[in-house]
Amino acid sequence: MKRYVGRRLLQLIPVFFGATFLIYAMVYALPGDPIAALGGDKGLPPAVRLAIEKEYHLDQPLIVQYLYYLKGIFTFDFGVTFSGRPVVEVMADAFPWTLKLALMAIVFESVFGIAFGVFAGLRRGGVFDSTVLVLSLLLIAVPVFVIGFLLQFIIGVKLGWLPVTVDRSMSFKSMLMPAIVLGAVSFAYILRLTRTEVARNATADYVRTATAKGLSRPQVVTRHILRNSLIPVITFIGADLGALMGGAIVTEGIFNIPGVGGTMYKAIFQGEAATVVSFTTILVLVYIFTSLIVDLLYAALDPRIRYE
Amino acid sequence: MSETQVYPGQEHTFSDIDETGLGAVDAVPDDRPPASLLGEAWRQLRRRPIFWISAALILFSVLIALFPWLFTSVDPRYAELSHSLGLPEPGHPFGFDKQGRDIYARTIYGARASVAVGVLTMLISVTIGTIVGSIAGFRGGWADSLLSRVTDVFFAIPFVLAAIVIMQIFKESRSIWTVVVVISLFGWPQIARICRSAVMEAKQEEYVTAARALGSGGLSNMLRHILPNAAAPIIVYATVALGSYIVTEATLSFLGIGLPPTIVSWGADISSARSVLREAPQVLFYPAGALALTVLGFIMMGDVVRDALDPKARK
Amino acid sequence: MRKNLFAILVAAGALVFALSLAGCSSTEGGSTSSSAATSTDGDGVVFAYNTEPQTNLIPSMVNEVGGGNILELIFEGLTRYDVDGTTQLAIAESITTADDGKTWNVKIKEGKKFSDGSPLTVQSFVDAWNWGANPENGALSGEFFMAIEGYPEVDDEGNLVGEFDGLTGLEVVSDTEFNITLAESDPEFDKQLGYSAFYPLPTGSLDSEDALEAQGTQPVSNGPYMLKSWDHNVQVELVPNPEYDGDIPAQNDGVTFMMYTDDSAAYNDLLAGNLDVLDSIPADAMSTFMDDLGDRAVNQDGAVWQAFTIPYYLEHFADDEEGRLRRQAISMAFDRQQICDTIFQGTRTPATDFVAAVIPGHSDSIEGNEVLQYNPEKAKELWAQANAISDWGNATFKLAYNADASAHKEWVEAVVNQIGQTLEISAEPEAYAQFSELRNDATNGTMTSALRSGWQADYPSAYNFMGPLYRANAGANDSRYDNPEFESVLLEARSQQDEAARTEGYNKAQAILMEDLPAIPLWGQNALGGYSEHVDNVVVNWKTVPAYQDIVKK
Repeated sequence: MKRYVGRRLLQLIPVFFGATFLIYAMVYALPGDPIAALGGDKGLPPAVRLAIEKEYHLDQPLIVQYLYYLKGIFTFDFGVTFSGRPVVEVMADAFPWTLKLALMAIVFESVFGIAFGVFAGLRRGGVFDSTVLVLSLLLIAVPVFVIGFLLQFIIGVKLGWLPVTVDRSMSFKSMLMPAIVLGAVSFAYILRLTRTEVARNATADYVRTATAKGLSRPQVVTRHILRNSLIPVITFIGADLGALMGGAIVTEGIFNIPGVGGTMYKAIFQGEAATVVSFTTILVLVYIFTSLIVDLLYAALDPRIRYE
Repeated sequence: MSETQVYPGQEHTFSDIDETGLGAVDAVPDDRPPASLLGEAWRQLRRRPIFWISAALILFSVLIALFPWLFTSVDPRYAELSHSLGLPEPGHPFGFDKQGRDIYARTIYGARASVAVGVLTMLISVTIGTIVGSIAGFRGGWADSLLSRVTDVFFAIPFVLAAIVIMQIFKESRSIWTVVVVISLFGWPQIARICRSAVMEAKQEEYVTAARALGSGGLSNMLRHILPNAAAPIIVYATVALGSYIVTEATLSFLGIGLPPTIVSWGADISSARSVLREAPQVLFYPAGALALTVLGFIMMGDVVRDALDPKARK
Repeated sequence: MRKNLFAILVAAGALVFALSLAGCSSTEGGSTSSSAATSTDGDGVVFAYNTEPQTNLIPSMVNEVGGGNILELIFEGLTRYDVDGTTQLAIAESITTADDGKTWNVKIKEGKKFSDGSPLTVQSFVDAWNWGANPENGALSGEFFMAIEGYPEVDDEGNLVGEFDGLTGLEVVSDTEFNITLAESDPEFDKQLGYSAFYPLPTGSLDSEDALEAQGTQPVSNGPYMLKSWDHNVQVELVPNPEYDGDIPAQNDGVTFMMYTDDSAAYNDLLAGNLDVLDSIPADAMSTFMDDLGDRAVNQDGAVWQAFTIPYYLEHFADDEEGRLRRQAISMAFDRQQICDTIFQGTRTPATDFVAAVIPGHSDSIEGNEVLQYNPEKAKELWAQANAISDWGNATFKLAYNADASAHKEWVEAVVNQIGQTLEISAEPEAYAQFSELRNDATNGTMTSALRSGWQADYPSAYNFMGPLYRANAGANDSRYDNPEFESVLLEARSQQDEAARTEGYNKAQAILMEDLPAIPLWGQNALGGYSEHVDNVVVNWKTVPAYQDIVKK
């Protein structure tokens, strides 16, 4: 087991170089000219343009730019944004918001998704099952911006139950609504995955055996059915953490959260390679660690799965 | 058997004969050759009303997608600003959108791009995801490491960034296919992971070990025993994802990197309904409703197909 | 062991959840409400909408509103603009020219100080300008110094020719007096001097990277306010500057700019009473904001003018009879009034000329302006005449916009729909994902379609709406318009000393544009906004920015 974990951590190295170069190349390949955009409708005097290009090494070929970036990374210098702020600072500002938001969303979608899924799966075709089917259809068909807008307008503005936008202290109260909106679609996925797996396992032989052994219904459900149903669900949740961190652009906009999604989105449109690559590098790490944890959980949930 | 005497403490020990598999053993006719997996599944499907309902829903959306002109004679692109956000009137049952275009005609004509993007993306993502995921899960070791780390990298690439870069390459020839390619590129990793986990779980089952002991080779083992048992979570994920793919197309169009603006799609109409949400929420209702009905068809279909593939779930 | 692992992981999950709850409740303890406007320590402070500045707050670095809004409150230039756009002397005692605007003499008031108490001299201006003019500093508003003699020359690739050692046109006479020599006579130069690029900087703030960094993030300034704190992407706090003794002192206890990325979120905050002043209205609230806010809504003429440009290098649109006929036909093929009413809910006003409505020199009686009226018959007729010269065939008329910025899609769709339906041709929107991509094609002259364009005044002059856009070598001349007659009329007009004569000259220049249509004017963007019940005396200035220093808190 230790060797397995060690080997997985070693794999970080090629993934790091592969991912950063790939993303650097993509930013390089963006069709727009980032410096021209800085000038707005008016444009910049040619000499000013050239000076800025030189400052950011934008006059150099891709591989040279990338090497400059790598050189910086090894001295913990992640470069600067076009506004002159060190990217490290920008990351330190954005990640706490996003981490908190994503964790709250994950907790929300997992707790409710799994609970609803279990009830729906145990009573397939029942009233509850049909109700949650309609609910998940709604969440899939109605885009996030609509759900977010409606919740914000009704609960925040009209009823005043929760803050309209987040506050600087990141209070639980002000992050609750964004977390629910962010987790809504994933909630639908988790619900449906859990429901199917529970329905499938509820008819399995070992469940009959367990029931036959005299275990109570709740014991059978949690120890046997749920445990055996969780593998696809935690696979989904594991990958979702990264997705929620990097892809919360719309939710962040609606609730005015200065987080990772919006910062990266803006950096992409401005062609700021240093920002995009640095943020993505962190996200790659998140994906790799969550997939390692998920793999270890497989072994815990199903003792027959072994790693050597 | 009607008056079975049950003693305290014994109620869990004995099952009624109908609840056990024993009845099925008796019922198997031994004068016929054993049914194939697919044949058996089809026999199961035919008996489920939900199958026929969902098949009808899917067929209906496909029919609309293929022959929109059978359902309306109004031009979905014709705009009359004086009708902007107009309410339903004779000949225009759903009313008008902000540009003064007929919402009914747009909902009908929007089916083609949306259903095509949703279904094609799902098929491609499932194909790639299943191949990658089952190799990783079945082989393990270095194959797993390599494929899983590639998956990790794909997960982390910002969607918007890759979409802009790729769509730029196809700038002159944007079509439904280019959109399908872009969305599939980001659809397969999640399926690959789910498939990998399901395969890792299924390959531990006794019957797989038994099949292997009987000399069944890797590939045939994979196809005959493991994949059908790993299919359930993939089917569930894919049917839900179908809806997300249709909505994703809207995001791409909104960013100016999706379908050419002249192509009508539910996604594009859903995203343009955003600016009139406060004054005319009905504009959102029809394309979103059409999308929900289509996804409903696929989710129900996925559900019954999964049941049919799983012998244990049969009653 | 496996059971243990499972238990540990579950416990870890529970711990994370518990911690996130605990973390929240502990931070929640202090202030219970997010509502900044109602918190008790903020009495008298105005909470206003803004976007995060894109650069450090060095005046000549800033070229967008997020930073501009802050600069305009914390600095004061030689001149300043009244709410209606009239130029007033501020730091300057006098600004005079003896030779129709080629050389200028500037005297500044004595005893002016920066917020740290250091004295403000003419050197504060000269140093700041020389820094901004030096291309190597990469100042984004550096082009404003091109008007002054001695702006560095560059070769074709943009490299400096020789060393840059300060603008030769700046000559310091004493601590309170200096002379400016311009590259080209400009009788309106004094009007430009109120623009933020021309603000002064304290001595020493440009001497080193560190000093520059400090000035850019914690500016020492000379305006009605000074910067107290800057919490990136969250808020900027401005408090009254005790050293300020000018004409527009702060009437409140400070302005806190709250940073937003989405004005829809800000609008909902305004409705909920968390925000005091919002100088923008989101697209989704255009139809409802007048009702939502009542007399607290702002909807008046603005300084932003919008158009679309059909480059002369496109086929069928060359600088000839066919091109002129087609431009005129297209201009008459869509109904500006109807689009303003339905798409923009009356928050835009159809253009009558090439200058924004609030700028002196704007006119609704330019000769030939009927070409901006919807006239489908005339449009068809002109289009047919153009077809007689060279057949349009099955070509498609396309209009490009950038999809990364606020709601251009809707009006572009409406305009091309009407053009297509009136002229019976195929017409489509063309979406660019990024603004930079669109600018790239526009400046390189590689557009394959018409493109949307817009212009906002830097200083209140009609020249600012024509010179930078339609002079042959101008940076923003996207259409590649080149008409020597227009250029001489325009320059002739600018050299007039008398305001009325100047306006008349500008009108003549506009009449030429009206016939050639190097850009097809669409509409002026109204100044929109709203304010909360907690504030009063919100007046929007000529630049469509609220005069924050005059706002009083109730």
